[in-house]
Amino acid sequence: MSLSLDEVRHIAKLARLELAEGDLDATQAKLNGIFGLIEEMQAVNTDGVEPMSHPQDLAQRLREDQVAESDRRAAYQSVAPQTEAGLYLVPKVIE
Amino acid sequence: MIDSSLKDIAAALRDRKVSAVELATESLARIDAGNARINAFVTVDHDGALTAARAADARLAAGNGGPLTGIPLAHKDVFCTEGVLTTCGSKMLSNFVSPYDAHVVSLLKAAGTVMVGKANMDEFAMGSSNENSHFGPTRNPWNTDKVPGGSSGGSAAAVAARMVPIATGTDTGGSIRQPAALCGITGIKPTYGRVSRYGMIAYASSLDQGGAFGCSAEDCAVLLSAMAGHDPRDSTSLEQGPEDFARECTQVGAQPLAGLRIGLPKEFFAEGMSDDVRAAVEAAIAEYRKLGATTVEVSLPNARLAIPAYYVIAPAEASSNLSRFDGVRYGHRAAEYGDLNDMYCKSRAQGFGGEVKRRILVGTYVLSHGYYDAYYIKAQKLRRLIANDFATAFEQCDVIAGPVSPTVAFGIGEKSDDPVQMYLSDIYTIAVNLAGLPALSHPAGFGAGNLPVGLQLIGNYFGEARLLGTAHQFQLATDWHRQAPAGF
Repeated sequence: MSLSLDEVRHIAKLARLELAEGDLDATQAKLNGIFGLIEEMQAVNTDGVEPMSHPQDLAQRLREDQVAESDRRAAYQSVAPQTEAGLYLVPKVIE
Repeated sequence: MIDSSLKDIAAALRDRKVSAVELATESLARIDAGNARINAFVTVDHDGALTAARAADARLAAGNGGPLTGIPLAHKDVFCTEGVLTTCGSKMLSNFVSPYDAHVVSLLKAAGTVMVGKANMDEFAMGSSNENSHFGPTRNPWNTDKVPGGSSGGSAAAVAARMVPIATGTDTGGSIRQPAALCGITGIKPTYGRVSRYGMIAYASSLDQGGAFGCSAEDCAVLLSAMAGHDPRDSTSLEQGPEDFARECTQVGAQPLAGLRIGLPKEFFAEGMSDDVRAAVEAAIAEYRKLGATTVEVSLPNARLAIPAYYVIAPAEASSNLSRFDGVRYGHRAAEYGDLNDMYCKSRAQGFGGEVKRRILVGTYVLSHGYYDAYYIKAQKLRRLIANDFATAFEQCDVIAGPVSPTVAFGIGEKSDDPVQMYLSDIYTIAVNLAGLPALSHPAGFGAGNLPVGLQLIGNYFGEARLLGTAHQFQLATDWHRQAPAGF
């Protein structure tokens, strides 16, 4: 398989990555090289094989829904690009 | 003193023949003298190291020291360190001073280690050469025109140049074993789930695993023993108690490995390995036979599918994990933007390097509507087949041996423009991550250009102590692991 330029534009949009028109061709070529490698796996019959997501096939652990962390808002917000009055600032979303 | 084994350094500290402050000073002096040539560190923390060393000395004076108290070490910059810059090799986090410690960092602080700095790495642990770091490539101390391997290249180079006796790393597709091999040191990736991923910046969560670098298997065993253990903050952390991974690093007779069956996967010894690597690997296997081990041919028929399966699973998980970098709560935000979506797109385009963007794009595609079954589920099925191959092989043997990397360290710039060629350099390491098995790399001699060659030993689940004990016997009989690059 190979990706068209429109598909490259589309996945960049989905991934929230700005991609300059001038970089499209080079990006397409490298992605198609990678997909060429990935395609090798389609040659193998995997009918009836159970997908493996964790080597030990563990069940998800659960815990009580209770407060476990102390309030460290000031420390966590000290690394934020823009905050005000304990809030993270972003461009206006709702007009 | 930093060239000595951890056991000898710990004994000298305990007997007060050397202080932790003296050791930290020696380590920092070596970094200050050599780092400009190899760029192994993103951050060197002189003040933090000396403060930690003074605390270690007080603890040793009070008789409360452990095997790692006062030992200088480097953390791969993927581990969050409270109050210290944590970049993950990325422009995205080039201003991120972590507000908390990774679980591994807390454990090693509690053990009394002295962190001298944060080691350089491929951006977000994506790479096999360390050339993807925003902070410039790390160089191989054996030959500074060559790569140190990746993604934990800074950690491996720092230990190889004897700047620190031990360092932490992470291994998602070979990122501990391959740089250990290319830099001529020992490195182990434990069973998936042994080491907590809490505070270890995520790349591909179902594969990422922390591990240890040192000059010897025994040193790695001591470090790993202090890093591993259950952590409820990581949902994939195994519920295993503390374990002494050095318990089989003992001295026993002339045939210490009598009864050990070493499996040699025929697929690993087919074409692909360069002649110099093959010669060193086969000589190391002959040495294991001299030590009493027997060898048996085994087969991993699906191992060739590990790379394609990996390059679906890892990018898919990366595209999800790295969606958190949105320029809102931490990390880089573009200086100029229009609306919120434009802020996301510009901040991410500026903050991520080329390889990270490629993997995000691949991952986004394979997880997008209509392709999930054809790619992600298909790759997870292959993952099962690969794990089954190993299970069958371990019915015939106790450990599996083979190469780590098809060649010795390659040149800086040699593969950096061709992602697929770079990916193929991990052909012998990736299957282990997909199966979740423990594996180590130890020095096995030298190849072309007097560059180190590593031997890979793969164990069954929870077989770390056996693996490390096996490599320890090899290291008692050989001195490859004592060779150090000149000039550091």
